[in-house]
Amino acid sequence: MPSFTRIHLGVADWLILILYFSFVVGIGVALKRRMRNSTDFFLSGHAIPAWIAGLAFLSANLGAQEVMGMAASGAKYGMMTAHFYWVGAVPAMVFVGVFMMPFYYGSKARSVPEYLKLRYDEKTRTFNAFSFAIMTVFSSGISMYAMAKLLNLLLGWNFNVSLWISAAIVLAYIFLGGLTSAIYNEVMQFFLIVLGFAPLVFLGLKDCGGWAGLVQRLNLVAGQSHNLQGQAYAGGAWVSTWRHMGTPGANPMGVEWFGMAMGLGFVLSFGYWCTDFLVVQRAMVAENETAARKVPLIAAVPKMLFPFLVILPGMIAIGLTYKSGQTGFALPVKGASYDYDMTIPLMLKHYFPTGLLGLGLTALMASFMSGMAGNVTAFNTVWTYDIYQNHIAKDKSDSHYLWMGRMATVGGILLSILTAYMAVHFNNIMDMLQLIFAFVNAPLFATFLLGMFWKRTTGHGAFFGLLSGTAAAALHHGLTVPIGAESLFKGGWIGHVLHVYPSEMAQNFWTAIWSWSTCFIVTILISLATRRTKSDEELRGLVYSLTERHAEGHLPWYKRPLYLGLVILAIAVVLNILFA
Amino acid sequence: MNFDLRVPIGILFTLFGTILVVLGLTTSQELYQASLGINVNLDWGLALLVFGLVMLGFVFRSNRKAHR
Repeated sequence: MPSFTRIHLGVADWLILILYFSFVVGIGVALKRRMRNSTDFFLSGHAIPAWIAGLAFLSANLGAQEVMGMAASGAKYGMMTAHFYWVGAVPAMVFVGVFMMPFYYGSKARSVPEYLKLRYDEKTRTFNAFSFAIMTVFSSGISMYAMAKLLNLLLGWNFNVSLWISAAIVLAYIFLGGLTSAIYNEVMQFFLIVLGFAPLVFLGLKDCGGWAGLVQRLNLVAGQSHNLQGQAYAGGAWVSTWRHMGTPGANPMGVEWFGMAMGLGFVLSFGYWCTDFLVVQRAMVAENETAARKVPLIAAVPKMLFPFLVILPGMIAIGLTYKSGQTGFALPVKGASYDYDMTIPLMLKHYFPTGLLGLGLTALMASFMSGMAGNVTAFNTVWTYDIYQNHIAKDKSDSHYLWMGRMATVGGILLSILTAYMAVHFNNIMDMLQLIFAFVNAPLFATFLLGMFWKRTTGHGAFFGLLSGTAAAALHHGLTVPIGAESLFKGGWIGHVLHVYPSEMAQNFWTAIWSWSTCFIVTILISLATRRTKSDEELRGLVYSLTERHAEGHLPWYKRPLYLGLVILAIAVVLNILFA
Repeated sequence: MNFDLRVPIGILFTLFGTILVVLGLTTSQELYQASLGINVNLDWGLALLVFGLVMLGFVFRSNRKAHR
């Protein structure tokens, strides 16, 4: 049984909840008439204004699991969690906007796997399409499972009913309005999350006695040697991002600066933001190439401020747990530690009165659902264009593919529901699948980087580079373990342990580094040893040196992606220094 | 062309704001003990109301521009 009492919703809470979800479905209904062809359904007819696409680009990665996970990390690791934003996401978003969007958008590819087909060959595309399609279904299923479990725990709602109703809502609005519907809902969810959680941060901070009170409490947390990481740290370890990164043992994350900058900042973040079709799709819908390049840049601005919305609550929660504030908020004990994962829902329940509580919970549910919807829209596109049209039914009419897209939406959601029930019964299978996806994804960025910037890269090079990068990730994971690993899913499954990492995070970062480097080197070697199959002419628009740049000289500087990107990077540097 | 997304956002948050303001005006202070004595329904309801109305204001302005 949970160690906390359930929430009872009042009339106002229900009203807010029902109002929101009727708007969500209503948007789908209103968009239905506008879905005339497959481009409308899968790519929003290339007619989404940049600000909407930008907020959707951001929201697609703002599922409830990310939000709750960031708060949990805020409690466990403190301010260092902001590296995921100020070193990880922001530079990667600037890079994809300034350097990579011209090839995605300019190549007229309709999906990331299709770009791989144009640039390399069929096998590379099919490998990517299948792994991506399976991954999206599983992520969406896990998101459904997590939501139904949370609603059951928090509100006492029936697990099955929660699961099927949320699936039905997501199905309704994507089936009717396609990607546009998903994007519009992601933007609504963005505002709902920001406006629903902002008062939480305010109240929590006030309860601590302001920033100074929070810092004082977190220094207390850092000095404790029990409960948290089983080790005491220098004061300030929970409120600084860089100061304690000289050695892995000096900070709660257990990572040193190089592993962090290279593993998270370069490989993992660039891999995710630059090659994951789920986010890239949201930039591809823009009206023209300049707008498409601005999409990730627009997203990067609020992204920089998100640590204050999603990480700060975790820091506040752990601070108040160690030294109580006026209202007596504390995280419940779970096992030998605290129930970090429940930080956000528990704070909502504690600080928000009925009314505002309805808003907060609606924000949480909305972000679970848009997490599912994002995956489902990416799945139906890749399924229809890269698998169905490519391998099963070529040369059908456009209305046939539009029909297939709708069917793929139904199929994707049914498979997600199946996954959700699998998660209930076989937790280990889920852990294993997530691990495999991590192995498949880690090397991808090397393939794209070489493909876009080195015209000599060949299809064979890319394909076997990817395979060996995946193998390297699996090998590294099999030969190393984090301290205190109790299952083979955490590593060391080959049986011979070569290295022990101080934390799981450190092991993940280094797995990514090994995998990326292997893919990078093997791709270069095989490319040099194999013959080019694509002429310069065929690679026009796909490779940097063979693509003519659009003249942007007539635009004022603040409308040019490069300058915007530089301004954003400068602000990120300032944030890093302020909270160093 | 798709419809203007600012319309549903504006309407939705205006409604949310209204609900919270009404609730804030009609509930007793006891409800706000956990929120440090602040009537957050009233205060934040007003903020949401302003946000919703500003969104609708933008729509109104761009519609008028388009008509001219």
